[in-house]
Amino acid sequence: MRQMHSPGSAAHSKEKMPPYTNYHAQRSYPMPDEPFCTELNAEQRALKEKEKGSWTQLTHDEKVALYRLQFHETFAEMNRRSNEWKTVMGCVFFFFGFTALMIWWQRIYVFPKKPVTLTDEWKAQQLQRILDMKGNPVQGLASRWDYEKKEWKK
Amino acid sequence: LSSEIARWGLLAKRLRFHIVGAFAVSLGVAAFLKFAVAKPGKKAYADFYRNYDSMKDFEKMKKAGIFQSAK
Repeated sequence: MRQMHSPGSAAHSKEKMPPYTNYHAQRSYPMPDEPFCTELNAEQRALKEKEKGSWTQLTHDEKVALYRLQFHETFAEMNRRSNEWKTVMGCVFFFFGFTALMIWWQRIYVFPKKPVTLTDEWKAQQLQRILDMKGNPVQGLASRWDYEKKEWKK
Repeated sequence: LSSEIARWGLLAKRLRFHIVGAFAVSLGVAAFLKFAVAKPGKKAYADFYRNYDSMKDFEKMKKAGIFQSAK
């Protein structure tokens, strides 16, 4: 997954300068290929030797030390919450607002004049014609118009 | 442990909950739609056409000037 070997690239090494490593654990990929600590001092090497024996011989602290050698954080630490969502939502809303300002400016300075069919007088005449034709008189538009009083029904 | 977990019937419980729930929800939605949408709709049409005089309506529309073939 994260460290897929591309075929034919066996030549280049995976040496990385400290502190950069190939170790990255996340909730969806919790056990990376490499251990967290690759350079072990003498004490840690002795512990790794002891690990090859029976694990019942290990003390609790040794087990914790071995875990910390292999993994950077516990599951609880790795999966901890963060406040990143606030930053994300803040930026999203900020750009919504910025876009709104841009569109407003465009509407004033860029858009051409409205076609005649979108002017208010034309739209009023259009609505009057639809009411005269009794468009949707049962449940729709014309059903909401009071033909005696010539106004919208309350 | 895995044999204990197998005895909990987890899939059966989940399926029962969801199948019963799906029935209940769909019946409820159907009943709601019948009484909130279908019944008033049919009533609206019945009321409209009960005393509808189509010739009078036609004369009104003709007077409003919307027809091309009947002035």
